[in-house]
Amino acid sequence: MALATDIKPPPSAPKLIEDLTFLNEVVERTAGVSRLEMCIQCGTCGGSCPSAADMDHTPRMLFAMIRAGMRQAVLMSNTPWICVSCYHCVVRCPQNVHIADVMYTLKSMAIEAKLYRDSTAPDFSKTFVDMVEEYGRSYEFGLATRHYLKHFPLRLPGMSPMALGMLTKERMSIRPKRIKNIKQLKAILQRAKELDVKAQRPVA
Amino acid sequence: MTKYLYYPGCSMETSAKAYGFSLAKIAPLLGLDLEEIEDWNCCGATEYLGISLTPAYALISRNLALAAQQANGSRTVVAPCSACYLNLAKADYYMHEQPKLAQNVNEALSAGGLSYKPGSLTIRHLLDVIIYDIGLDVIKSKVTRPLTGLRVAPYLGCMVPRPDYEKRWSDPEHPIELDLLLKALGAEVIDFPLKTHCCGGHMTQIGPETAFELIRRLIASAAQYQADIMVTLCPMCQMNIDAYQGEVNHHFGTVYHMPIVFFTQLIGLAFGLDAKELGFGLELVSARKALEKIGIEAPEPAPAAPRPRKQEGLPMPKPLPNKATKLSEKGKVEK
Ligand code: SF4
Ligand code: SF4
Repeated sequence: MALATDIKPPPSAPKLIEDLTFLNEVVERTAGVSRLEMCIQCGTCGGSCPSAADMDHTPRMLFAMIRAGMRQAVLMSNTPWICVSCYHCVVRCPQNVHIADVMYTLKSMAIEAKLYRDSTAPDFSKTFVDMVEEYGRSYEFGLATRHYLKHFPLRLPGMSPMALGMLTKERMSIRPKRIKNIKQLKAILQRAKELDVKAQRPVA
Repeated sequence: MTKYLYYPGCSMETSAKAYGFSLAKIAPLLGLDLEEIEDWNCCGATEYLGISLTPAYALISRNLALAAQQANGSRTVVAPCSACYLNLAKADYYMHEQPKLAQNVNEALSAGGLSYKPGSLTIRHLLDVIIYDIGLDVIKSKVTRPLTGLRVAPYLGCMVPRPDYEKRWSDPEHPIELDLLLKALGAEVIDFPLKTHCCGGHMTQIGPETAFELIRRLIASAAQYQADIMVTLCPMCQMNIDAYQGEVNHHFGTVYHMPIVFFTQLIGLAFGLDAKELGFGLELVSARKALEKIGIEAPEPAPAAPRPRKQEGLPMPKPLPNKATKLSEKGKVEK
C-alpha cells in the first residue's frame, strides 16, 4: 500500500500558457488580417506548394505547430525560407489564411531570434535591404556579386557566364542610383523601426 | 490618351531594359500616357517584408504617398513589374483591412512629411490596363505585321494573377488575358499548362537547386509544346528563365534554348516597330532564330567579350560546383 508520501507530485505543467501566446504573436505581427486562427488543417496549402518537397514542414503542419506553441521548432523550420511567395496556396485556402504573409512574419521573427540554420537567405534579404535603405533603389549587380562571393564562392566559375553575360549586355547597372530625397526615406524608415521596437517591447 | 501614374520599379532600368524600351515605344501608339511618380523608391521586392513589418510597408507606402500627392487627372498607378505591382496593391489593401497598420505606416511617413489614405489610389498591372482599358480591338487595329507562325508560350508567373485582391483576372491559376492579347497579335498561342507557375523568384540567389528545378519545369514544358519563345510580363521571371538558363542546362545536362521576352516587345513587333529599338538582342538566350521563323530580322547578339556560352566550355577550375552548393545549402550549420 502506498503511503501518501510515495505519490509523486504531478509533473510540473509545461509552460503552456506562455507558449500559447505564440499564435497570437504571429497574428499580431502579420500585415492585414492573417486569419491564421481559422486554419482547419485541410492540407490544401502543402498540396499546392511547388517547393513543399524541400520544406521541413508543410505549411499546414507549421501552422499546427504555431498553435501548439512550438516556438523554437517553428522558427528553426526552413519552410518560410523555402516559400517562394507563389500564392498558389493563398488562392486555394478555403479559409483565406494569408499564408504567404505569415511566412514573411516567421522569417522576420526567426531573424530576430537568430533561429535559422543557414544564413544564405537572411543574408540575401539583409544585403538587399541595406542597399535599398542606402540608395532608395536596388542595385542588382552589386547585390548578386556580393551575395555570391559570400555564399557560393565555389560556384562563381559556374555563375560567371550569367554575370558576365548580364554585364556585357549592360543589364546590370554597375553604379547604384540614389533617389533624390534619400533623407526623407531614411527618416521614414527610422521612425518605422522605432514603432516596431515599441510594439514588440511588451512581448520581449 | 489615357493618363496613369507610372511606377517603373528598379528592374526597368537595369535587368529588364528591354521591357522599359519596348513599353516606351508602344505606349504612345496605344494611347497610354504614363506619368512617372517623381522620386519613387524601390518597393523592397520580396525581401523587406521578411525582415520587418512597419519599415517594409512604410517603404512601399512612400511611393503611394508620392503618387497620391502627384495625382492629377488619374488616381490609377500602373506598375509593369509583378513584385512591385503586388507590393503596392498589398500595402494599399492591408492598410485598408487593418487600420492599425495604416496608422503605424502613416506615423512613419509623417517623419518625412508625407501621408497616405488607404484606398485613395487604384493599383494595377500594365497588362491589366492594356487589356481592359485599351482593349483588344484597339490593339488588333494597330497590328501591321501579324506574328503569324510564331508559337508562343504565354507565361505570367505568380504575382500578377495571384492573390488578386480586386478580382481583376479571369482566373487566378489559368487566366486567359495574355493568351488573348498574343492571339490578337496574330501569334500561335500554346495552351501553356504552367503559365502561372513559379519561376523560382529570389531562390536563384538563395537555394539555386530549388530554383533550377522550377525553371527547368517551365522551359521543359514550353519546349514540349514546341513553343518558339516564351512571353512574360515580369522582370524577375524573365531574368530567372533567361539569365539562368545556361546554369540550368549545365545543372541538368540539358541543351534547352528557349528565349523569353516581354509581351510589350511582341506588341511592338506586331505594330511594325524595329526589333532593335524594342530591346531584342538584350536577352541572353537569343530570340533571333524564333524571329527569323516569321521573317523578322533581329539584331545580332551584342559582341560580348568574352562570349558567355564559350565561357562555359573553357577549362576553368570548376571544383564540383554541384557538391559545393549542396554543402553550403544543406549541411552547413551557421555559427
Ligand atoms: S489551406 Fe488554409 S485551411 Fe487548409 S491547412 Fe492550409 S492554411 Fe489551413
Ligand atoms: S506561397 Fe509559399 S507556401 Fe504557398 S504554395 Fe507558394 S511556396 Fe508554397
